[in-house]
Amino acid sequence: MEKFILKNFTLIRTIIAIAIGVAVSVLLIYLISATPSGSLKYFFVGPLLSKSRLSNVFEMAAPIMLCGVAIAVAFQAEQFNIGAEGALYISAAVATAFAVSTHMPAILHIPLTILIAACVGAAWGFVPGILKAKLGASELVATLMMNYIAYFLGLYLINYHFRDKSAGYLVSYALPETARLGQFIPGTRMHWGIILAVIIAVLVYFFLYHTTTGYEIRMTGSNRKFARFGGINIIKVVILSQVISGALAGVGGIFEVMGIHGRFNWQTSPGYGWDGVIVAIIGRNHPILIIFASLFLSYLRVGGSVVNLMADVPTEMVSVIQSVIILLITAEAFLSRWKYRITVREAEREEKIHESAS
Amino acid sequence: MSTILEIENILKVYPDGVIANRDVSLRVEDNTIHAVVGENGAGKSTLMKIIFGITSPQEGTIRFRGKEVRFKSPNDAIRSGIGMVHQHLMLAPDLTVAENMVLGIEPRKRKLFLDQEETLRTSKKVSEEYGLDVPVEKKIRDLPIGVRQRVEILKALFRNAELLILDEPTAVLTPQEVEVLFKTLFKLKENGKTILFISHKLKEVKQIADRVTVMRDSRVITTEEASHLTEEKIAHLMVGRDIAGDRLPPSPALGDIRMSVRDLCYVTDENIRALNNINFDLRAGEILGLAGVEGNGQTYLIKTLTGLLEPTSGDILLENRNIAGLSPRQVRELGLSHIPEDRMDDGVAEHTSLEENFIVDRYYKQPFSRGIRLRWKDITSHSMDLIKRFQILTKNSRTPVGSLSGGNIQKVVVARELSSDPEVIIAAQPTRGVDVGSEEHIHSILKEARDRGKAVFLVSADLDEILKLSTRVIVIYNGGLVAHFPDASAVTDKDLGPYMLGVKKEEGSSGKIHP
Repeated sequence: MEKFILKNFTLIRTIIAIAIGVAVSVLLIYLISATPSGSLKYFFVGPLLSKSRLSNVFEMAAPIMLCGVAIAVAFQAEQFNIGAEGALYISAAVATAFAVSTHMPAILHIPLTILIAACVGAAWGFVPGILKAKLGASELVATLMMNYIAYFLGLYLINYHFRDKSAGYLVSYALPETARLGQFIPGTRMHWGIILAVIIAVLVYFFLYHTTTGYEIRMTGSNRKFARFGGINIIKVVILSQVISGALAGVGGIFEVMGIHGRFNWQTSPGYGWDGVIVAIIGRNHPILIIFASLFLSYLRVGGSVVNLMADVPTEMVSVIQSVIILLITAEAFLSRWKYRITVREAEREEKIHESAS
Repeated sequence: MSTILEIENILKVYPDGVIANRDVSLRVEDNTIHAVVGENGAGKSTLMKIIFGITSPQEGTIRFRGKEVRFKSPNDAIRSGIGMVHQHLMLAPDLTVAENMVLGIEPRKRKLFLDQEETLRTSKKVSEEYGLDVPVEKKIRDLPIGVRQRVEILKALFRNAELLILDEPTAVLTPQEVEVLFKTLFKLKENGKTILFISHKLKEVKQIADRVTVMRDSRVITTEEASHLTEEKIAHLMVGRDIAGDRLPPSPALGDIRMSVRDLCYVTDENIRALNNINFDLRAGEILGLAGVEGNGQTYLIKTLTGLLEPTSGDILLENRNIAGLSPRQVRELGLSHIPEDRMDDGVAEHTSLEENFIVDRYYKQPFSRGIRLRWKDITSHSMDLIKRFQILTKNSRTPVGSLSGGNIQKVVVARELSSDPEVIIAAQPTRGVDVGSEEHIHSILKEARDRGKAVFLVSADLDEILKLSTRVIVIYNGGLVAHFPDASAVTDKDLGPYMLGVKKEEGSSGKIHP
């Protein structure tokens, strides 16, 4: 048993962290809600009760997932990239501009729009990449600043050049039908972009763990000096990881536009890039785990809005719960004394077996 | 004779599950020089850290002057009268000797300002009291390592240390400096102090210790009067079997020149000439040893030879190509391999698996990958093969490298670097901090490479290693080669010492030595 705990310590710690987060939320709901048991039900079971809410979980998970793997690629190369938000925003804006101003059959229009989003994202990632590799500029600062540039540039592009003045609010022109990702379950907004997001996440896993370039990225992230010593071109790796990261985030943005709204309608930045950081941390930069982490996060979000709608608990509380969970997961020392005690016991036990054998 | 320190039944388990001390008991008598010997990883350093309060044991008791103590930090230990000189000296390089000595308990003027005169006066007083000469007004950074060590000792004495712990004090010293240190230690003993020192050099232990404790496999094997032990006996107790310490038989045949270094210079960003007109040839079938006190340009030389650093000027010819300034991969492709001096820094990525560490120089080649795709099956079987051939102790090939012992990590590095079938091997500190068993194994691997006609360039701070393995020896001092001994079998460490210290230079040599 103790051996099992040691072997799967990180996973068990994650689960305990989530459990404590949930326990805190239960406590909070009891404190602030007049009908706590009803609220609890809405919060935890609410997202699963109707087809459309369940669909909401998946819809929201898709862009978070793509931003999560985007961040993970950069993190694996030990690049502190927090630029997914900006890459997502500017890519979606430019690709929207492309989609509304061109006419072609869907078989071209869809892949080209996605490709443009990916290229814009890649170019967006290239800038902090080259700044870091050539000038040693902190990618953290660079990507953070690039987020502002992306936001206001995107807003300018949509509001001044592609704004649909016939719509009652600030949105772009509607995308032509040929540039939309179809929805495939009637009564929901489940669109092909969600399926594609999962496939891309799996592909990123394959890329990181089963290709030579993925190996280069992981080795560079794990020990830069070792990678250089072994002959890996780390300048290339640093730039490439940022480029790939930007492209993935860009695709995440345009999927949302093409699959759900059919327009660019973000007057404020949607925050998926930040959620991506969260799920990358929860999923420990592993693309497969990130798929589940993003589903979990959006399940919490949807639960939060359900309970907000149906009972007297505000959505702000969901943020509290998330923060507690993430804090516990990222705190390296959390439960480390426990682990140490088990390690000592286990070592002593093996020692005894060893001694009686010899 | 009374007992100053008594340790009973210490158990220490590190957070990663490694047991460093089991059931360790030790008595140190007052006013003696007591040596603790053992291979690397035998648990000596851990025991010292426990005594000095750096880490605490799970079980066991420590009594100092008959009173049970439980130190929570080194400060507790210092207050009780225990001082420690670490292997890597803990001094502030920009402060003077005197300022270092009073650091933390400095005399003050008006409670706020450092009393310079008082600082100098007390430092001088302590230095004279013990007859340890140090230039109290000089900055630490301008002093040679042997003097710095003396400052550390004085620093402990200034804090009224009765028991002085020295962790491998001779590891960083030249033979001449070692003699001075030993004189110091004898003087301290005359002054009534007790000295507990760690070493794995048997000659030294015989020379100065009154009593010897041998540790092996985290246990104390025995404690005896030094006069009752011979060097052979101690070695046997340390390793658990007899070891061969002889020099290698000469190379079967010297072959062609594999690598030529011509007028190699490197000037650092701070405009320091780290390498000054280095010239030498490296032949197939030889081990060329580079001796020198650490920090005299060895690191820069290794880095320029292996593509990690572009030399300021000069040529490095490998297989008739000038490799100066080529990338590490290009240099490796030309048949050079490199055992780095710091294995945790350059040699491995400790959080990744053995497999991933084995392929860093070859992952892009068949059969480890085809196109962009890594072929894990082939990588695994390659790794299993290396683990077997190089006798690496590990659960399996997917274990993170960092969980292995130092000796086994080094074997991972050596296995990778020698399995690429290189023509030239740059081996820097190939056995630093590894146990005697691994050391012997790595030495035999290097010898075998030599006998197969490979050219080996050995850089080591361990003179015994240089003398044991080398066919020829060159000496580096202050960035330049100062001596060349064409026949290493006729050289002793005493011959090398004066050159390493820069006291002696070969006739007309400054930079013009051309082996």
